[in-house]
Amino acid sequence: MSAFTDPAPPAETIHERPGRFTLPGSLARNLGLVIALLVLCAVGWFTADVRFLDGDNFVTILRFASVIGVVSVGMTFVITGGGIDLSVGSVLGLASVWASTIATQTIAGDVHWLVVVFTACAVGAACGLVSGILVAYGKVVAFIATLAMMVAARGLAEIISKKRSQILDVPPFTDFFQARPLGLPTLVWVFLIVAAAGWVLLNRTTFGRRTIAVGGNVEAARLAGIRVRTHTVALYVLCGFCSGLAGAMMIARTTVGSSTHGSLYELDAIAAVVVGGTLLIGGRGTIVGTVLGVLIFSTLNNIFTLNNLSISAQAIVKGAIIVIAVLLQQRFANRPGSSSP
Amino acid sequence: MSAPMTLRRRLLVGVAGLAAVATFTAGCTSNEPPPEEGGTSEDTGGGGGGNPNAEAGETVVIGFSAPAADHGWMGAITSAAEEHAAEYSDVELRVAEGTNDVNLQISQVETFINDGVDAIVLLPFDGAALTEVALRAMEAGIVVVNVDREFSDPNAARVTVLGDNYGMGVSAGQYICEQVGDNPDAVVAEIAGIDSLPLTQDRSQGFSDALAECGQTVDNRVAADFTIQGGEAAASNLLQAAPQIDALWNHDDDQGVGVLAAIEAAGRDEFVMVGGAGSANMMELIASGDSVVQATVIYPATQAADGIALARLVVQQRALADLVEVEVPRLVQLYAPVVTSENVEQYLPTAFQS
Repeated sequence: MSAFTDPAPPAETIHERPGRFTLPGSLARNLGLVIALLVLCAVGWFTADVRFLDGDNFVTILRFASVIGVVSVGMTFVITGGGIDLSVGSVLGLASVWASTIATQTIAGDVHWLVVVFTACAVGAACGLVSGILVAYGKVVAFIATLAMMVAARGLAEIISKKRSQILDVPPFTDFFQARPLGLPTLVWVFLIVAAAGWVLLNRTTFGRRTIAVGGNVEAARLAGIRVRTHTVALYVLCGFCSGLAGAMMIARTTVGSSTHGSLYELDAIAAVVVGGTLLIGGRGTIVGTVLGVLIFSTLNNIFTLNNLSISAQAIVKGAIIVIAVLLQQRFANRPGSSSP
Repeated sequence: MSAPMTLRRRLLVGVAGLAAVATFTAGCTSNEPPPEEGGTSEDTGGGGGGNPNAEAGETVVIGFSAPAADHGWMGAITSAAEEHAAEYSDVELRVAEGTNDVNLQISQVETFINDGVDAIVLLPFDGAALTEVALRAMEAGIVVVNVDREFSDPNAARVTVLGDNYGMGVSAGQYICEQVGDNPDAVVAEIAGIDSLPLTQDRSQGFSDALAECGQTVDNRVAADFTIQGGEAAASNLLQAAPQIDALWNHDDDQGVGVLAAIEAAGRDEFVMVGGAGSANMMELIASGDSVVQATVIYPATQAADGIALARLVVQQRALADLVEVEVPRLVQLYAPVVTSENVEQYLPTAFQS
């Protein structure tokens, strides 16, 4: 069944398969992830006890997850729409550098600290626009177009920053992000808001349904009257925007803009998106899954640090977790060989 | 930011040199009164005797975080720290995954803070980016020891352990002055590391300052990127550009593997090559005596190990035993000696594998 013919999120759809215990697709996949996350938490609890269950520790996990989380939400849209964006990490770095130049800082000091955030988001969206136009109108394969953007954005960031760390000295910006409204750091709130907005956009708007349609079957989407090329550009702009916002968040976290920020984040984001249950070939996407995927990886990092595990063992366990999460999804999901939603 | 830092470093070299000697002494004698581990391969000095700091004190929990080991020197930083910590019965070391992602490194430091460790030894991927979280750790009463890459705020660390980049250049330049002597036409070449880094600029500045003392200048200069393939590419171009060379300084022994490959491919051996950082394979070539590599200048890969030794002392409220000062110094800068065939045996035990 193509996603296009059933574009609504199938959360409530029960697929009857007599004689076998199954759950509806998205719920089942998320259940697998929740189980994986709970298993991880249990491991954390047994191995590190109160040090893991401490409230501050969860804040640490969430703060780490928030930057990659925002990138991953943007990536979810591009992948759901049948594309891929390898440039997110570099664009994050470029946005952080551009938003922390002396010129930007001066304007931000004179006008408002939001100038820093706005600059970062605009730089990200502009990079996304270029990638999107190359993919949609230039007919360049997404992998190649965004690979070019990945290399070029990193180079431009190095030129602008002269490979130095640019310290941001805009006190209201720092104050805003170091505050803890309702007990959670601002960075975590930004992540939650972006994730919620992403969920609404993907599941409750025509934009989201068109995204799933384009990712599921481009030709059918075009015949159904969707302006596929414009929509594709919009997806890359959205992803770039998220990367730019993550660049501003990275400045908030580190107080510096640097061309090295976000190195290899494209892989972290793709891993989180795919583990979350979004199809790499497009046509099916889940924001909840992506958020769970990001949380699984950041919890994993936290448990490693708490337990003083050897560095080489960590890499092996990470690989195993990716496989286990995907296997759990397949075990519980109602997908007997078909690509149902 | 490199200019004022360099000046301060130079001013502190004297004091820091002393401190470094004391640190090494402490390191050598640390397993003198029989700790569990017995004599290790590092225990070659044997001198000293009766260092009061060797006795086990209250247990110290130390969190350690460093960049990814994508480079022989960086790999040696972590392994030397782990080995050294294992020699103390009163140190519990928690090692976080080596990472080049400052976001992850910050969360590692936050985890150490939540955990209530006694001290954090931190080699930041980016000193400025880790300053804020280091300040938070200091505010939480944790002793922060900053290694190799400086924070942007001196209050973010109780102790800072640094190598001597300017001094490396000076040592290499002085050695080359001795070698080419008063030949006014000598061709001196330089293969730098990543050119935009302040540490590379410091090294090159020290090198040209020392060469100026004997009337020499750098005739051919190329920059690589601290990797083997980068060193090979840069050296190939350099050798093509300079058909006759008298002396060559290569900033980094990891990229030096590639530099040597290029020299062998070109069949050149008319010059004296000086390395940098001090890897074990370069020292073995120096000891063998039949290589163009005649010397290397040390940039100690034991900095983090010394950071752990100092963190332990600060937490236990001890002093550096050989100094009169009752507190551990705020800044320890390690010396950059020249290793030649005459003294290579002294340095080989602490050299790193690239």
